[in-house]
Amino acid sequence: MIPLSQNLPSPFFLPLFSAWSSAFGVLPAHKPVPLQDSSLVSWVPGWPGGGPGPTWASARILGRHPKPLARPHRPGFTLTHSFPGEIFELKAELNSDKKEKKKEAVKKVIASMTVGKDVSALFPDVVNCMQTDNLELKKLVYLYLMNYAKSQPDMAIMAVNTFVKDCEDPNPLIRALAVRTMGCIRVDKITEYLCEPLRKCLKDEDPYVRKTAAVCVAKLHDINAQLVEDQGFLDTLKDLISDSNPMVVANAVAALSEIAESHPSSNLLDLNPQSINKLLTALNECTEWGQIFILDCLASYMPKDDREAQSICERVTPRLSHANSAVVLSAVKVLMKFMEMLSKDLDYYGTLLKKLAPPLVTLLSAEPELQYVALRNINLIVQKRPEILKHEMKVFFVKYNDPIYVKLEKLDIMIRLASQANIAQVLAELKEYATEVDVDFVRKAVRAIGRCAIKVEQSAERCVSTLLDLIQTKVNYVVQEAIVVIKDIFRKYPNKYESVIATLCENLDSLDEPEARAAMIWIVGEYAERIDNADELLESFLEGFHDESTQVQLQLLTAIVKLFLKKPTETQELVQQVLSLATQDSDNPDLRDRGYIYWRLLSTDPVAAKEVVLAEKPLISEETDLIEPTLLDELICYIGTLASVYHKPPSAFVEGSRGVVHKSLPPRTGSSESAESPEAAPTGAPPGEQPAVIPAQGDLLGDLLNLDLGPPVTGPPLTAAPVQMGAVDLLGGGLDSLMGDEAEGMGGTNFAAPPAGTMPANLGAPIGGGLGDLFDLTSGVGSLSGSYVAPKAVWLPAMKAKGLEISGTFTRQVGSISMDLLLTNKALQVMSDFAIQFNRNSFGLAPAAPLQVHAPLSPNQTVEISLPLNTVGSVMKMDPLNNLQVAVKNNIDVFYFSTLYPLHILFVEDGKMERQMFLATWKDIPNENEAQFQIKDCPLNAEAVSSKLQASNIFTIAKRNVEGQDMLYQSLKLTNSIWVLAELRVQPGNPNLTLSLKCRAPEVSQHVYQAYETILKN
Amino acid sequence: MIHSLFLINSSGDIFLEKHWKSVVSRSVCDYFFEAQERATEAENVPPVIPTPHHYLLSVYRHKIFFVAVIQTEVPPLFVIEFLHRVVDTFQDYFGVCSELVIKDNVVVVYEVLEEMLDNGFPLATESNILKELIKPPTILRTVVNTITGSTNVGDQLPTGQLSVVPWRRTGVKYTNNEAYFDVIEEIDAIIDKSGSTITAEIQGVIDACVKLTGMPDLTLSFMNPRLLDDVSFHPCVRFKRWESERILSFIPPDGNFRLLSYHVSAQNLVAIPVYVKHNISFRDSSSLGRFEITVGPKQTMGKTIEGVIVTSQMPKGVLNMSLTPSQGTHTFDPVTKLLSWDVGKINPQKLPSLKGTMSLQAGASKPDENPTINLQFKIQQLAISGLKVNRLDMYGEKYKPFKGIKYMTKAGKFQVRT
Repeated sequence: MIPLSQNLPSPFFLPLFSAWSSAFGVLPAHKPVPLQDSSLVSWVPGWPGGGPGPTWASARILGRHPKPLARPHRPGFTLTHSFPGEIFELKAELNSDKKEKKKEAVKKVIASMTVGKDVSALFPDVVNCMQTDNLELKKLVYLYLMNYAKSQPDMAIMAVNTFVKDCEDPNPLIRALAVRTMGCIRVDKITEYLCEPLRKCLKDEDPYVRKTAAVCVAKLHDINAQLVEDQGFLDTLKDLISDSNPMVVANAVAALSEIAESHPSSNLLDLNPQSINKLLTALNECTEWGQIFILDCLASYMPKDDREAQSICERVTPRLSHANSAVVLSAVKVLMKFMEMLSKDLDYYGTLLKKLAPPLVTLLSAEPELQYVALRNINLIVQKRPEILKHEMKVFFVKYNDPIYVKLEKLDIMIRLASQANIAQVLAELKEYATEVDVDFVRKAVRAIGRCAIKVEQSAERCVSTLLDLIQTKVNYVVQEAIVVIKDIFRKYPNKYESVIATLCENLDSLDEPEARAAMIWIVGEYAERIDNADELLESFLEGFHDESTQVQLQLLTAIVKLFLKKPTETQELVQQVLSLATQDSDNPDLRDRGYIYWRLLSTDPVAAKEVVLAEKPLISEETDLIEPTLLDELICYIGTLASVYHKPPSAFVEGSRGVVHKSLPPRTGSSESAESPEAAPTGAPPGEQPAVIPAQGDLLGDLLNLDLGPPVTGPPLTAAPVQMGAVDLLGGGLDSLMGDEAEGMGGTNFAAPPAGTMPANLGAPIGGGLGDLFDLTSGVGSLSGSYVAPKAVWLPAMKAKGLEISGTFTRQVGSISMDLLLTNKALQVMSDFAIQFNRNSFGLAPAAPLQVHAPLSPNQTVEISLPLNTVGSVMKMDPLNNLQVAVKNNIDVFYFSTLYPLHILFVEDGKMERQMFLATWKDIPNENEAQFQIKDCPLNAEAVSSKLQASNIFTIAKRNVEGQDMLYQSLKLTNSIWVLAELRVQPGNPNLTLSLKCRAPEVSQHVYQAYETILKN
Repeated sequence: MIHSLFLINSSGDIFLEKHWKSVVSRSVCDYFFEAQERATEAENVPPVIPTPHHYLLSVYRHKIFFVAVIQTEVPPLFVIEFLHRVVDTFQDYFGVCSELVIKDNVVVVYEVLEEMLDNGFPLATESNILKELIKPPTILRTVVNTITGSTNVGDQLPTGQLSVVPWRRTGVKYTNNEAYFDVIEEIDAIIDKSGSTITAEIQGVIDACVKLTGMPDLTLSFMNPRLLDDVSFHPCVRFKRWESERILSFIPPDGNFRLLSYHVSAQNLVAIPVYVKHNISFRDSSSLGRFEITVGPKQTMGKTIEGVIVTSQMPKGVLNMSLTPSQGTHTFDPVTKLLSWDVGKINPQKLPSLKGTMSLQAGASKPDENPTINLQFKIQQLAISGLKVNRLDMYGEKYKPFKGIKYMTKAGKFQVRT
């Protein structure tokens, strides 16, 4: 009846545990049996009848549910309770003096347990049997223990002694077994007692025991992390990395990696050249799984120079020939990462590149699931280093019976590898794919043809003719996709392929997808002058205007306005119709706003409108679908992980509580020491275009649109909107860039949000506080503590202003700038009707609200006012740069004064640059732009300096200790988006700091330095 | 690491679950079922599925989904490789891997799974060691177990785990000492309409069956090792020796194992042993289409091509086919539109052909897509890449083993576009 448990000759019985617990995995919830946490199994029945093995449990299950439930989540079954008599009998037998009888009794108990009888009442008696020399008996008791320990934690403590004893058994396999079992008892109370045996096992003389103990630490950490830390097991585990046995090393690394996952900040895998050497030695000798752990660990190491990187690469390369694809991909990760440090001129660099291709190709002949993961990673590798696989295009050709997820990935990589050399082949393939059955795949293939045309200029003509061939097939979805991509081709190569428009127009009626309709409408609008019946075509769309999707509506609006500007005489009616449809009959704010803009534009100045709407559009490029370089670099560090499958950094999808340390590629270094700081980076780059400090008039709008970067408008609601004055300029100078942007994202983009300035003035100026608040939301991430505030100084003495004395200062708090004023009436008459105005200045500072002095100022009265400022005012370069000319008016007269504002009020909250960006930008800015300053008598250490600066939005990006000096690398951004990069040298014991500033607009450096000095010395 | 494993059959029943850490509710599989529903065919279920708290990684083998649940960032290839190892182990243990067999041997399955992972870390994945710990079921053993009440659990200690050659068990003894090597090459190729090769590559493996007493140390050398520039080795192969001398030197595992797999890439010229002449045409006006295929040998180095099977997925518009083969048998399934022609051997004097007509839906326009022809074949005693084993030597043991080598070429994913 229960063959399994009747006679168990095996000394190694553990494996059976799983089978037993399977019976318990389906226990009812009300039973106080240890279910939730121990290693459990269960199954849903469904086999025809009792084979010898599964009878005990399956029979029961089958009895209850002859047919499997539809996906039962936790099937519940009631227990048969043991008869009191039976329990009593067993109890007697367990306490018998005879060893044989005892053993038989335990077997019976286990047998009852497996069929689901509750024998927990026998707990003390069974545990009593644990202290035995008989291995078989011991294993049975272990089994019993693991099942019932959770329900009887107090009693389970009785077992501790035996574990302790077993951990000292002469047989290493028994010691290992004890420590392995121990970790599976997930009872808090017990774990405390198990620390000592575990400690011993971690230092056991036998590697098999140490290896098992290493995993046990991870188990324990899962149950009680604090305990593991308090007991110092983490340190012991770290020591095991230098163990002499490779398997121990591998398991220690694996355990540490798993623990580190829940403690991203704890520097658990602290690697140095010695431990790296140990790891590399172990790498050759341990199991394939161990190799994966070790390689992943190696990848997080940062070699100190290129020589070390190369030697690691040399020792890792043989792993590329491993049969296990996970080992191969982990090795690829290490190589891709460390290659970054090698000089491209090195022979070895070329050798390594060559060595990387074959294993990647081989991964593609594996099972489809492996192929998929490999392809996702190859997609990254191809973007980072296209040279590796440039000759391997053919392996990415799609086989018709590949799973769809493999097909789509292959297609993507084919495009990335497409070049002039292989484009003919690629196109022939793509055309072949476009006739396949799978609709998704066909669409993507058609799109791919368009991408080829944009990527490889020489092929554009062939691509267009291929697309036309496909349009001739009249297969609906092929035609629609083709039109969408042809629109992109027009954007890339204007005035080249417009002859095909006629063919496209023929298919107008068959288009039913919004994207295709929008693309077609765009084409008609853009080339209205070449299409005789453009007005008819567009009019036909207009009939069902309200049934169209927003995308199509927006496009239709723009197209008709374009048409009107091109053929004003015939289409006046049409344009009026669409404008009224868009502005009056639509609920969509995007559509309405765009309608209003066009309307005002057309009614104010048709010439300007023409310039705006028909402006030349920037060309599109294939870069648009590449992964952003900084993200790509980060992802390269995560090759072979889930992050690489999703193409997202782990921070984007790893569960909230676990923070993630950002990884970055090591910088390329030469052998020379000096190469370590960015200033010594190669400077051969041609001097980049230097944007003027002062944004041109046209950039004003850019600033407006980027409002969320600058200080938001807060404070009292605006009554006189500063927007109005900008409106004319806006439409004149700035809108073409706006339209350009819009057109670039054509085919789908809407206005993100109507920018304040584009609101037609006749709508009044309801853009006040509400909008300000809105912007505030987007930028309110800055530090709460504001930046340094200078004490108020007298700006306008009373004698110069007929008794009005003004003193003030500038503050920046939570992203908003304000001017704190103290107005004192030193005259004998009452002052009222205050107003303030700024002259145009370098950064466009302007009052964001009128000066509000609520009550008239009586003689000798002082009033304190905080005037919010924004940076959207008119811009004019001043000398000095931070000069601000102010006019204050009251009932007596108008007074003028000028003051200098500290530059740090313009440092925005999001001025922290990405490390990679910093390095790149630093290199990119020509050396002539570098300015060096001494900040004297500032006895602060690096920490104090950086926290002080941080409060004023100067962000420390990196800190490096070079020969006892602390080098701080910092960035800040001004309200007009000028970046300033700084290197600050702090020498202990020397009160003088050295500041090097690099900025594309070197004029600001002097003022930034002053800001530094002001902040640091106060 | 790997948290849990669910086995799911094609009708969506979870018929086995195993947890190596705490229990993960099987409701997590609902996300998998969703993905399964979205994918039209079982093969198209994406291998990585995110859920709010876990990730599901799955492989589909033998009509069973093996779904692993992970909670932390674990290399997906590691999990997928492990799942494949599980499938291989089941196959090794039970001969076939099917739902029925797994259910029949559920106890052994659990035992094996428990030994393969500890807390989600791989413990023993080498079949040599697993078989020492848990004996595979045989009919005799089943009978004996039933009578004596003993189990499949070996009374051995996993001694191999302590040794420096963990893949080989100790104390191996045979009366007949023999070592067989099979060089098997599969050609993956895409041939275009006109018969020219778009891409062709060879996936080769050397599978070994080594039954040698003691601790033999083998070396295997090739006549033309230069062919092997892209190889993956069994862990037993000493890589240094290969790098320097191009000789395979290894202490073999006991029994069957894959010594190496290699890949001859598309850049080398790959000989294509067969050609297919085809004429498949639909006409716009008529509801009949013409169908004609001839298969012939091309570069076979004088060997016979056998086991030829031609399959083709016909367009949906094809209602039925009336065909006559010159040899072999053919079937056409009007529901799945799958045409299959079992050709057998190719006789170069009398080329096999399949001719006839296709009846199309009346009035429908001609199908958009052209059917692709899938080819299977075998050529005995030929490695199409030209790879040849030079000699096999044994060191470390005194006896004289019996040695054998076999070559075979097969079609892998061999497709002819029409």
